[in-house]
Amino acid sequence: MKYFLRKLGLLAFTLFVSVSLNFFLPRMMPGDPARALLDKMENLQPEQLDTIRAAFGLDTDDPLIVQYGRYLRNTLRGDLGTSFSRFPTPVSEVMRVALPWSIGLMGICTVISFSVGTIVGIGAAWRRETKLASITVGFFSFVRSFPYFWLGLVFIYFFAFKARIFPIGSAYDVEAARGSASWWLSVLRHGALPAMTIVVSSLGAWILTMRNNMINVLAEDYITVAMAKGLPLQRIKSMYAAKNAILPSVTGFAMSLGFVIGGGLVTEMVFAYPGIGYMLYQAVNAKDYPLMQAIFLFIAVAVLIANFAADIAVMILDPRVRDGAK
Amino acid sequence: MIKDFFKTLVSNTKSLVGLCLLGFFVLVAILAPVIAPYPPKLDRLETVVELGEPSLEEEILSEDYPSDARDVIVYRSTLTREYEKTVDYFPLRAKPSAAHPLGTNHAGNDLFSQLVWGTRVSLTIGLLTGLFVTVLSLTLALLSGYLGGVADDVITFVTNVMLVIPGLPLMIVVAAYVTMKGTLPIVLILGLTGWPYPTRLLRSQVLTLKNRDFVRVSKSLGERTSFVVFREILPNMISIAMAEFFATSMAAILGEATLEFIGLGNVTVVSWGTILFWAQANGALLSGAWWWFLPPGICIALVGTSFVLINFAIDEISNPRLRKR
Repeated sequence: MKYFLRKLGLLAFTLFVSVSLNFFLPRMMPGDPARALLDKMENLQPEQLDTIRAAFGLDTDDPLIVQYGRYLRNTLRGDLGTSFSRFPTPVSEVMRVALPWSIGLMGICTVISFSVGTIVGIGAAWRRETKLASITVGFFSFVRSFPYFWLGLVFIYFFAFKARIFPIGSAYDVEAARGSASWWLSVLRHGALPAMTIVVSSLGAWILTMRNNMINVLAEDYITVAMAKGLPLQRIKSMYAAKNAILPSVTGFAMSLGFVIGGGLVTEMVFAYPGIGYMLYQAVNAKDYPLMQAIFLFIAVAVLIANFAADIAVMILDPRVRDGAK
Repeated sequence: MIKDFFKTLVSNTKSLVGLCLLGFFVLVAILAPVIAPYPPKLDRLETVVELGEPSLEEEILSEDYPSDARDVIVYRSTLTREYEKTVDYFPLRAKPSAAHPLGTNHAGNDLFSQLVWGTRVSLTIGLLTGLFVTVLSLTLALLSGYLGGVADDVITFVTNVMLVIPGLPLMIVVAAYVTMKGTLPIVLILGLTGWPYPTRLLRSQVLTLKNRDFVRVSKSLGERTSFVVFREILPNMISIAMAEFFATSMAAILGEATLEFIGLGNVTVVSWGTILFWAQANGALLSGAWWWFLPPGICIALVGTSFVLINFAIDEISNPRLRKR
């Protein structure tokens, strides 16, 4: 219980820090980004300029602490300000449209790469003397050092530009009726390349984590005993070794669920996929600070809650932590 | 101790390949002016040819005879040389050719030269960030792990908080606020978002070392704290600190490329990331200009692989279980 409360306290505090970062970062930056922005944006409507002033706290003479209090209150109420690049749409509306695309894309990809990566990792550790195992491990360590977004560019070039198998950009066919069978098909076709990019680039991490844990477990005495007893190899592999090696991967999976919102940021930017990442790209280019802050907050909240969930999962699954926590 | 470590590093095939690969890129970075055929931002070649022989014209301006024994003659001589200046503009968006092995970009800059010069910027940012983060996290880890008490509580708490706040979005948001663009701000942004993980890892290493017998003996012999920390503990952290250095440097090179690609870096500097930024901004992809966007990514991946290989070796040295049976 003490463990649970401590984790809950950490969650609350980190949430508070993330929210505060949003408030203090623009106000602490050297070079006064607010003034620089206002000077550059003379052609905006007065109402749009007001949203910029409000975002930086230039609209009042209140002391910082009063502004901070007001900001915290507004954030708690879910009022995240107004986007000025999409004026007068409130930021929360922009997020509502973008979120499902990100969650759908990343959610599916995370499940795929976790399951495939873990299974491959078990195999690579079990038969680690074979050529196939070392080639697989080597290949994915190499792929891991490519920049995410660059892999996306390469996929677009080969599969959308050269081979014309998949469409470029967007997440669905604008001409198809929303919700119809052909629309869903177009969603699949548009999502295939971004999904491929994310799966290929994240697979390596899962494979390596599982392989290294599995190798550590395989060196334990009880595995040697099981071998000596002549238990079926398949049983040793799945029930003795894999079952005990999988815990860090499961924790990692729980944590990566937090990244369903922010994990595909750069991939979405490359594919112009209308999720949170692409929104952030547009917000950054338009210097739309309220939208940027809201996106950061959403991503942070998702990650923090998933981390908390992972800690709790470990507490339930791992007797060492569970008993130590009592 | 340190010597032994490097000896093992060179005797391991994986790390030897990694070190050679990294050495190659470091060499390219240092020798960029020699290797690259042109400066990175050159878009034309100017050749000046002298036409014919210079002609010397003389004219007598005035003659004067003040006396019989003396005369004054004023001459003017004009030396005329004729030149022909030819300006050869590099072709824009050219395909690879003998003159431009990787073609040219939208502004007519030679892409091969940009790739070579970009090595400098990208490697510098990567290694500087790696160094910055390693020094910072080693200091924090030693402070909190060895001293314990309030310092430990504060550092651990801040580390744990920063650890869970997602790094890439934070990096993007911070970079978007920074009005000053250059190498140092990027290193600072990458470093200040990258320190928590290494700090935690190094701190736990300090904690285990602190309770080893040889450290206890040293302490009970009454050695000064600085001696225990720098002569007993630090040498035993070299391998793990090196591993963190390479991991952070790789993350920094990827992070820099990502920030530059989004357009949050300094787009007037030539680095691997900005080459990709301009390639994307000018639709290199949809005009089939693979020579524009493939090479920078491959370079990033090769540098990354060299770091990974070196780290594999360090892992194998410090964790015997991973060694081939």
